[in-house]
Amino acid sequence: MEKSEHLNLYQQMVVIRILEERSAELYQQGKIGGFLHLYIGQEAVSTGLISARKPQDRVITAYRDHGVAINCGLSAREVLAELLGKATGVSGGKGGSMHLADVNKNFWGGHAIVGAHLPIAAGLALGDVYQKQDGVTICMFGDGATNIGYFHEALNLSKVWKLPVLWVCENNQYGMGTTVERASAVSEIRLKADGYAMKNDNVDGMDIMKVREKALEMIEEIRSGSGPQFLEINTYRFRGHSMGDPERYRQQEEIRKWQENDPIGIYRKYLMKQKIASEEELNEEDKKATEIVEDAVHFAESSPEPAAEELFKNIYVEEGR
Amino acid sequence: MAKITMRQAISQALWEEMERDPQVFIMGQEVGVWGGTYAVTKGFYDHFGPERVRDTPIAEAAIIGSAIGAAMTGTRPVAELMTINFAFSAMDHIVNEAAKLHYMFNGQMVLPLVIRTVGGGGRQLGATHSQTPDAVFAHFPGLKVVAPGTPADAKGLLKAAIRSNDPIMFIEHATLYQVRGDVPDGDYIVPIGKSTVQRSGDHVTIVTYSKMLELSLKAADELAKDGIEAEIVDLRTLRPLDIEPVIESFKKTNRAVIVEEGWKSFGVGAEISAQIYEQAFDYVDAPIKRVTQKEVPLPYNRDLEQMALPQVEDIIKAVKEVL
Repeated sequence: MEKSEHLNLYQQMVVIRILEERSAELYQQGKIGGFLHLYIGQEAVSTGLISARKPQDRVITAYRDHGVAINCGLSAREVLAELLGKATGVSGGKGGSMHLADVNKNFWGGHAIVGAHLPIAAGLALGDVYQKQDGVTICMFGDGATNIGYFHEALNLSKVWKLPVLWVCENNQYGMGTTVERASAVSEIRLKADGYAMKNDNVDGMDIMKVREKALEMIEEIRSGSGPQFLEINTYRFRGHSMGDPERYRQQEEIRKWQENDPIGIYRKYLMKQKIASEEELNEEDKKATEIVEDAVHFAESSPEPAAEELFKNIYVEEGR
Repeated sequence: MAKITMRQAISQALWEEMERDPQVFIMGQEVGVWGGTYAVTKGFYDHFGPERVRDTPIAEAAIIGSAIGAAMTGTRPVAELMTINFAFSAMDHIVNEAAKLHYMFNGQMVLPLVIRTVGGGGRQLGATHSQTPDAVFAHFPGLKVVAPGTPADAKGLLKAAIRSNDPIMFIEHATLYQVRGDVPDGDYIVPIGKSTVQRSGDHVTIVTYSKMLELSLKAADELAKDGIEAEIVDLRTLRPLDIEPVIESFKKTNRAVIVEEGWKSFGVGAEISAQIYEQAFDYVDAPIKRVTQKEVPLPYNRDLEQMALPQVEDIIKAVKEVL
């Protein structure tokens, strides 16, 4: 991997971190409405995973989607503008935090009903198979989604039809405030894939290089015709489920323990230890990331609200109410 | 023009569209090797092959969810739900995904998706297999809901649905498959979102669609013997609703009976009568009547089931009451 690519990935992680921190502030100022689910702590998961995809590979995820959007190449500007509901947002202010997407960048959302996007992911892959494209669909979801029926219907269908899907469970240890052990019959989530005779593996989600390496291997196997595979990525969200989370279900000590494994810190140490980048260079990337996010905040705040006539646009492609 | 059954008309539309456009494919339970549980896709599997006529597991959320995903990539799936009662297992994908994605992502996602399904009672299938919940689906902006009452409309509307870039629920009626009618050969298209007058008359307007069109036409023939000429407006599409022909007819007759197979509460008739009152209040000469299914889960017993379903006599009685 080239140095520039490392620095790019590092910068993406820092942009996500700062963007999320700034979003939390904007939320507290009442500038972001609805729900806000932060990705802080999980940056290495999607950054490593999506760095392993080729342009033809589709990405689809759940509602904790800001980081995934950045990794798919959406600008911080259009992400933040969408969070603020502005006309310049990637969905013109109609989607909000949980519904980011840019199909031109092969990022298919941003889906807020837990587990519902898994059958859709199977369909994206079906579309590729039908049209004889060699794309792999990367479908990300939380541990909580593996307890709903859609998960099982989608995994089964993908295996029966040999669809090119990489199922990625981001196990951040909690479905909202309920631990995996309290909600799932098996706490090692990947074992559920055994029920569909599906190749599966797990990886440490705090270490971007491990995530990337595993994802590269699995995506290329799927592209070569292995059929769907399942990857469990163990991670931890440093913040609450959403901004309204009282966090009664976990101790500060547990959070602190995980924070010692900060994915950005781990990557920093790796880059310096391997002499890929100096501390100064990484500080420079931090500075650039801050500038990118501050520019995005300014852009979003100064962007116009959607025009009133947008209300009735895009209900249908063709005429009709 | 040939006289064919509703089943043949639907089959013809599917076949012609699959021949015309290689992006069109069928998926659903027993659509392939079996030939369709209502024999609509008989012969398709052998002709078009397993890639284009895809048998699915019994997993409605997976069927509709994956059809949505495939549609988003530019293919044109026709996903079949064996009966509309099973659509409830896919309700989340129909309501929260299919009806929302185009709007929610500001037009980025386009879903050329047809969900073909079968509703209606009268075949002694019991409460879970006999429902007519069309109004439920018509409630959601973002979804289109089509329910043909004649073989010609079935062919023309299905072809239009397959060519549309919007998600469409195409609701057939289980007891109409054997009904025969004149159907134009080849490329015959009936536009979605257009009601039509199926019978002209000056004394009363009957608004109906799907299976109840058949009963309404029978009732009109009976009424004609007493010198009562009913005008029948067939909605054909529930959403987007084309109310104009209804209002136009009502302004002429000043009286209306709405006939639907579903339940009365919060139903199609409730919507139509409200729109008539809103748009043509000055023309109302009598309270608008609704003929609907009785408010019970449909029972299995033949007599009880028929007591619960709307009958020709109910329509005649309602018409006489508004005159």
